[in-house]
Amino acid sequence: MDLTFSAEERAFEREVRDYISETLTPEMKRATALTPSVFSDPDIGMAWQRALHSKGWGAPGWPVEHGGPDWTPAQRWIFEAECARAGVPNVNVMGVKMVGPVIIGFGSPEQQNFYLPRILSGEDYWCQGYSEPGSGSDLSSLKTRAVRDGDDYIINGTKIWTTHAHHANRMFALVRTSDGERQQDGISFILIDMKTPGITTRPILTIGGDHEVNQVFFDDVRVPVANRVGEEGKGWTYGKYLLEFERGSGIASAKLREALKTITDLAGSEVTGRAIEDPDIAMRMSEVEVDIDALEMTELRVLSALQTGQNPGAVSSLIKLRVSEIRQAVTRLGVDVIGQDGLAVEPARPFYRLNHEPAIPEELLPVVPEYLNGRAYTIFGGSSEIQRDIIAKMVLGL
Amino acid sequence: MDLTLSDEQRLLRESVDRFVAETFTADHRKKTANDPLGYSPDIWKQFAELGWLALPIAEAHGGLGGGAIEIGLLMEAFGRGLVSEPFLSTVVIGAALVAECGTEAQQQAILPRIAEGALTLAFAHSERAARFDLAHVDTTATKTANGWRLSGSKIAVLDGAAVSQLIVSARIANANGASGKLGLFLVPGGTAGLTLRDYARLGGGRGCNLDLRDVQLPADALLGDGGDALPAIETVVDRAMAALGAEAVGIMQTLLDTTLEYTKIRKQFGRPLSANQVIRHRLADVAMQVDEARSMALRAALMANAEPVARSRAASGAKAKIGKCARFVAEQAVQLHGAMGVTEELDIGAYFKRLLAFDTLFGGSAHHYRRHAALSGRVHA
Repeated sequence: MDLTFSAEERAFEREVRDYISETLTPEMKRATALTPSVFSDPDIGMAWQRALHSKGWGAPGWPVEHGGPDWTPAQRWIFEAECARAGVPNVNVMGVKMVGPVIIGFGSPEQQNFYLPRILSGEDYWCQGYSEPGSGSDLSSLKTRAVRDGDDYIINGTKIWTTHAHHANRMFALVRTSDGERQQDGISFILIDMKTPGITTRPILTIGGDHEVNQVFFDDVRVPVANRVGEEGKGWTYGKYLLEFERGSGIASAKLREALKTITDLAGSEVTGRAIEDPDIAMRMSEVEVDIDALEMTELRVLSALQTGQNPGAVSSLIKLRVSEIRQAVTRLGVDVIGQDGLAVEPARPFYRLNHEPAIPEELLPVVPEYLNGRAYTIFGGSSEIQRDIIAKMVLGL
Repeated sequence: MDLTLSDEQRLLRESVDRFVAETFTADHRKKTANDPLGYSPDIWKQFAELGWLALPIAEAHGGLGGGAIEIGLLMEAFGRGLVSEPFLSTVVIGAALVAECGTEAQQQAILPRIAEGALTLAFAHSERAARFDLAHVDTTATKTANGWRLSGSKIAVLDGAAVSQLIVSARIANANGASGKLGLFLVPGGTAGLTLRDYARLGGGRGCNLDLRDVQLPADALLGDGGDALPAIETVVDRAMAALGAEAVGIMQTLLDTTLEYTKIRKQFGRPLSANQVIRHRLADVAMQVDEARSMALRAALMANAEPVARSRAASGAKAKIGKCARFVAEQAVQLHGAMGVTEELDIGAYFKRLLAFDTLFGGSAHHYRRHAALSGRVHA
């Protein structure tokens, strides 16, 4: 057993580090640090996606024939860790990490040829149409309906919690094409052009004051049948495949470590009156850091299993649960570190392009919104309660 | 980057798993519970024959040159069987202190005898006033015409009355009488001036408190040639905490497996306990904490030879985190067994108590989070 990377992997690490330091502009870095929502806005996020794409690194997880870089699991780990360390923008995952793998796995050659290059280049910006007002954790009860009319489906219904629907030009959605015996039957996976007549988007502000999610309404929206991925009625299978990606995707420990470092740096600085001198704060920092150590080790155990061709098993639920809880612990610590400066609410967005001098030091602005918005981590992508159901069933065999 | 076991490590795990499952049954525990020695010399002999006592000792001294990963494999299995043989005291701590501090002659004299099962050791270091501070030692060693004179009191000496020799830490008085460096002294059991108060240890095995009153020792009782022993003590205790972490993981895994089975079998309100979501979620949390503990124990073992600050941070992080997980897992295992969990009729209580002992040994979670914070430059310890 050995925790160290090989000489080739070290060389790759240097290559990634060098490329990031050449490409990541101070503006992107500052914008990322001052963004209190999950994903960077597209002007920042897509600029970074284009930079990665021009190097051939636009889609680390994709097979090489579709433009993936053909990395080993260790290389993907190193890449993610270096990106986190450098503070690169948080590219919206709906394209590369979510709809991409579904199109690769289940799409037609025509769909693959059309959509995949546009995801890689950032030309298309995707959003996810899964949840509905009446279908949250019980996702497969969804009611948005697609009725066949010649070569089209006519879609009516509504989707909610749609991240960046107000930026996206495309949506992948789960819609009901028939009523089966089980509610999971009769669901289809459809790709929708957001400019199609009949689609309207309503912004939803989260409690941190950010506009990241939306409700989307479909009113007799006509979508070609050719936009269906895979078989009619099999959408639940594809959708679940994607949720596995959402839960297990990527390496979270490196990002969490950077988030903790940001808070630790604030706590050590005059800007928080040196909050770190409070022994309770210092001890809680160690507690969170140790939790990140444990998570990192679990992720490395998964990586090692993948490297040797083993199936890591149903740990993705376990990891999703811990990542969301640790993320919340970091943001909670942040609120305690900045103390009474947390009282100042700055409603304008984005923080990196304010037209006025904020009331509190700039670097403190995202701390409270991150905590508030971050309550969603244990809710989206399958709530913590759903994850515990999955662990009980899949890991413990109950 | 490779966290898979080598073929040799896999074989070791298979052999220790099999041995523990066959030997350390509930019956065996009942038989040895009131044994004044706390362990079986016959089994110790088998440990020697299996090569386990030689495992971490250097090949030059009759050992196999294994490391923290191999120790972890043994300790995890020992945890599953609640093994009470003085493996931690003699091999993980005693042999390591001799290897770290002893002169070549002392190593040659002691280590091969440990490997062959002829010599057992215990570490007498903790003192009541020190709490968990490894540097706090009030026991004194004074140079005499023929050697050394030791006086002081020690607590929580694991297996102290069961072993052939004690390694006692003491502060060596300078010529002017002021206290100086820490030294480690070999004290044979039964030496005049040594008073042991032996007890049955929480969770199995034996322990003792001891007083040293003008204990006279020969000059070569001092391990090494007079350097400060504190860095070696810190190294060895860090590695012992990694080993104990692996043992705790074995205990926790057993509690999880047992509790899981019980909730499937036990029926109330016409259905198994495990049909209730509140129980399923609790078990999911238990499983998650067992897995986190497993990651931390492995991490501490992999960092056992890192530079001191990184090693100590990993060891304290593991001790703190695993201790916290251990208490949760142990308490939930009792809770989910209902009233039966609070009785001596099931094994659950024995495992519970061993985890409680684990948590307090070398300092509990709060102490180690503080040590971690201090080592990270956040606060003063």
